[in-house]
Amino acid sequence: MAEELPGTNLAADAAAGEAYPAAGQPLLRIEGVAKTFGTFRAVDGVSLDIKAGEFFALLGPSGCGKTTLLRMLAGFEAPDEGRILLGGKDIAQALPHERPINMMFQNYALFPHLSVRDNIAFGLKRAGMARADIATRVGEMVALVKLDGLEKRKPDQLSGGQRQRVALARALARRPQLLLLDEPLAALDKKLRESTQGELMELQRRLGMTFIIVTHDQEEAMTMASRIGVMKSGKLAQIAPPRELYEAPRSRWIAEFVGDINLFDGESRLRDGHRLVIGTRDAGTLVVAEPREPVGAGRFAVAIRPEKVKLSRRGPVSEAGRETAINRLDGVIADICYLGGTTTYKVKLDTGGMLQASVANSARTDVDAYSLNQNVVAWFTPDDCVVLPS
Amino acid sequence: MSSRRIFARPARFAAIAPYVWMALFFLVPFAFVLKISLSQTAIAQPPYEPVFDLTAGWEALKAAFAALSIDNFKLLGSDDIYVFAYVRSLTVAVTATALLLLIGYPIAYGMARLPKRWQAVAMVLVIVPFWTSFLIRIYAWINILQHDGLLNQILLALHLVSQPVVWLSTDTAMYIGIVYSYLPFMILPLYATLAKMEPALEEAASDLGAPPWQVFWLVTFPLSLPGVGAGVLLCFIPIVGEFVIPDLLAGSNSLMIGQTLWLEFFTNKDWPVASAAAIVLLVVLLVPLLLYERLQKRQLEQGR
Repeated sequence: MAEELPGTNLAADAAAGEAYPAAGQPLLRIEGVAKTFGTFRAVDGVSLDIKAGEFFALLGPSGCGKTTLLRMLAGFEAPDEGRILLGGKDIAQALPHERPINMMFQNYALFPHLSVRDNIAFGLKRAGMARADIATRVGEMVALVKLDGLEKRKPDQLSGGQRQRVALARALARRPQLLLLDEPLAALDKKLRESTQGELMELQRRLGMTFIIVTHDQEEAMTMASRIGVMKSGKLAQIAPPRELYEAPRSRWIAEFVGDINLFDGESRLRDGHRLVIGTRDAGTLVVAEPREPVGAGRFAVAIRPEKVKLSRRGPVSEAGRETAINRLDGVIADICYLGGTTTYKVKLDTGGMLQASVANSARTDVDAYSLNQNVVAWFTPDDCVVLPS
Repeated sequence: MSSRRIFARPARFAAIAPYVWMALFFLVPFAFVLKISLSQTAIAQPPYEPVFDLTAGWEALKAAFAALSIDNFKLLGSDDIYVFAYVRSLTVAVTATALLLLIGYPIAYGMARLPKRWQAVAMVLVIVPFWTSFLIRIYAWINILQHDGLLNQILLALHLVSQPVVWLSTDTAMYIGIVYSYLPFMILPLYATLAKMEPALEEAASDLGAPPWQVFWLVTFPLSLPGVGAGVLLCFIPIVGEFVIPDLLAGSNSLMIGQTLWLEFFTNKDWPVASAAAIVLLVVLLVPLLLYERLQKRQLEQGR
């Protein structure tokens, strides 16, 4: 349970909401929802359960249908097929103003003719709240998002970061059962975005509210969300916690969309206990751990994240052990990209392919750095490889 | 630095161009009218005196200035005909502008919500009546509204009336004509503000619990006020001085100020009184403009 906030009882209210689902039931259940615009199937049979108190991210490239799905949750679009159950009640055809759901809009959509105070109070007035209660609640929200002293300003007299806070306060003021956030940080610069990510997470945790965020930024999704749903062409390609999504992507497309990855196409040669031996065109023969769901013979792609690849001048030495030496590739440094915390090397393999390796810059000096055209040995363990259907 | 100098001269010229225009085509004619309004009628050519004759010398000029008086303005205040004409003009303009707003707003709103390519079509449909001469369109209305005109034929055929209704030479006919003629001037500025309004604002209002009518009154309408102001001014000001439509469609028992001006100029040949009436009309029209501007300035200051 969220701790009590000084001066607010938001968390208690959110937990006591009437339509809250029974224990173990999902707060939101999306069942086979589809939406077609003309001939374009924007959302194509999406099913998803979201538990109360979750921070869920819908991640995908632009045009993947994530925003359409969010707009159907808010009520701005009606699904052509499927059901949307909130606390067990089908709300798929309910109008936006009838739903206990609020949304934070991408460009905030603050009312330009209303002050900060009136923007935040807008939803409370519509709910028919008493004047004194509205004043109290607005005060709480202003304190919550640290906007004290700006209550009388109009939106165009605020900075981007302040506007973002007003939008958040306005969306939270009605204490919705579910808060939808449509690219909430896209308009902020990088530094502000990072600090705001932290604040949003902190807020969500303290209020014990359920957040669904839509983003195209995989880092943002990974940082904030407890679970991520990756969307592609109107379908949910994978739903998983960040680590699982990154370390065990279900398809080649997801592996490439989330983070950087080396991919080598090949064919399985033989099975050796829990190991698969795969012959690749660009990286020779690779030994990989068999995936959780056993795969048959056929064509595969071997995927390895750059930071799992180790580099050395002379190859794996004794302390690395025999095990690590199984996948050993010789090559020459072809490209160097210094990123501060890490350096990404592109290694031209003797077998013909290119391999990216990301190395932490653990020393200030460049004693450990490699130089262009230097011969190196790259290696990685079978367990660090992921086998994907080709 | 050098590039700035290259652009400086045309830019400076462009900046003073509106003032030159105003001086040539507004202030100078205004000075003429003001001078005539202070003169007296005369059976002469031109039909007023004194006449400034710059060749007659300083003394004659001084005498001419001394002959100017504000008698015409006193007459305007003392004669009911003019007072009634002003009151009627303002009443007609207020009523017609209100009707225009009531009819124009839904049309502009509907246009702004059309798919983009249909918006262009709708825009053309609004403007297309201008392709026909204004007078011909008013005469077409005379045709429609006359005793055996189209409107009465339809009403009779539908058995809505048992005998033809008298439309022509009534205020109803005049309002039909005014609303019809000025509708585009109301629709276009309204459409311009409504079309550029961010749709997310209305969505945000409904997301925060506002049913459709509240979305309109609390968000859409307040945000369209600049368009409302522009449309109202574009219609109200010319309607106050309207001459042709009331002359052709309304009855002759009560005149608008435009018709009174016509009478004074052309029937009574009383240029000085007509000029005085025109000056008063200008002042009357400036008042709402200044009020509007004061209001806008106050709204801006409140925002600070």
